[in-house]
Amino acid sequence: MSEKDNFEPVIVGFLCNWCSYRAADLAGTSRIKMPPNVRDIRVMCTGRLDPVFVLKALREGADGVLVMGCHPGQCHYVEGNYKTMRRMALLKRTLRQFGLEDERVRLEWASAAEGPKFAATVTQMTETIRELGPLNWKQLLGGNGHFRPVLEPELEEVAA
Amino acid sequence: MSDLEVSLSGKPKIALYWASSCGGCEIAVLGIHEKILDVANAFDIVLWPCVLDGKVADVEALKDGELLFTLFNGAIRNDENYEMAQLLRRKSQLLVAFGSCAHEGCIPGLANFSNRRQMFDWIYHNAPTTHNPDGVEPAAGGWEFPEGRVHIPAYWDTVKTLDQVVDVDYYLPGCPPEADRIWDALTAIMEGKLPPQGSVIGAHVTVCDECLRSKHEKKITKFYRPHQIIPEPDLCLLEQGILCAGIATRSGCGALCPQVNMPCRGCYGPNQGVVDQGARFLSGVASVIDSQDPEEIEAILDTIPDPAGTFYRFSLPHSLLHRVAWGAHPGESILSGNGQEA
Repeated sequence: MSEKDNFEPVIVGFLCNWCSYRAADLAGTSRIKMPPNVRDIRVMCTGRLDPVFVLKALREGADGVLVMGCHPGQCHYVEGNYKTMRRMALLKRTLRQFGLEDERVRLEWASAAEGPKFAATVTQMTETIRELGPLNWKQLLGGNGHFRPVLEPELEEVAA
Repeated sequence: MSDLEVSLSGKPKIALYWASSCGGCEIAVLGIHEKILDVANAFDIVLWPCVLDGKVADVEALKDGELLFTLFNGAIRNDENYEMAQLLRRKSQLLVAFGSCAHEGCIPGLANFSNRRQMFDWIYHNAPTTHNPDGVEPAAGGWEFPEGRVHIPAYWDTVKTLDQVVDVDYYLPGCPPEADRIWDALTAIMEGKLPPQGSVIGAHVTVCDECLRSKHEKKITKFYRPHQIIPEPDLCLLEQGILCAGIATRSGCGALCPQVNMPCRGCYGPNQGVVDQGARFLSGVASVIDSQDPEEIEAILDTIPDPAGTFYRFSLPHSLLHRVAWGAHPGESILSGNGQEA
């Protein structure tokens, strides 16, 4: 009996207005079954996605962040998604150093016609995060004192 | 006693204190040169451990709010830092977070990529320069010795900034703050022309705005560390592939580092309105990489050896994520808040 048993992942999805958000619409109107764990936020372009949005989502309680945009070469603003491709690559490297699993932040492409791909991505990511368990970043910060003597024995066990 | 001194000198009292810091901020105060005499004429310095012989007991004896202001440098990383921050907050009308450590966490804040156990392992056992055959470590608490009682403060797992433990009135950024900005702050206090509470005393533009190097569209195919390249003298350092934090850093320093071929390291912290300096720096650097191929992008990113340490060099404790996940050594799982494996 752990909190993992009845854990429902909270995933924040940032979707591009011109493609992935419409893919999400298509998945809905097509009645494709998918888990309700992704909270969609529409952005005009994934190039608008400041890495701060991802960090803030993770800090404020999200267990994962899903970013979806137009396929490379199909950006409404010519190269916004290429910028995102680079930013997410560098952000993932940085988050790895913060001890976050790679799977918690995911970048995928879906055109407005790819409702089934959207649903499959959401399903797959939800299951992946469910396996990883809750992130609980705020609890990880450890309260006001940030002094965690209690944690030390466990840390030593892990290190051993 | 203190009442008598006030009435005799008629000068407001001030304090300068260091918590977890290197001492550079103390030297920076002396960077105002002979104007330090004006400061001494205007104020009674009750406590300045680096320079004067004032004692903590002198501060404790003051009434609350009796200090006009305290310049507090250093991060908060143990119980002693924390207690002094609380004491000086209580006794001061204005508390100034002086320097990058108190403002953003600075270099001591990079300890937030590890924890107390890892810090102790390195400092007291594993560092090549450590000779500690008995494996002695500082143990928090009060200890009796023939010479007297010693109190060793508890060392925290996480470094915090001053404003994460007490209310702060003004911030003076920099590692260390530039003498001109220190003088600005001191004259503002002496003349009573204080900016709105909570202000950061610096410019509201980035270092790039003050940097004299010529800037063009940036297209980067490889990153260099400063020792790997001799930069062109007048061209933007970032354009040459050197990770310069000027794009994400508040100015006020006069863009001194780029003038001598060193990239901005980011010590003045994020510009006005920016929440997370590291994310801003990361975002700017990534967007000017000259490639549209994922594999090639990864190869270019391989030339940045320590992204998190580079982007958050001065601002980790004040960043959104604040510290590394508990127990997140390579290959380990993250521990959840109660210390159990998630």
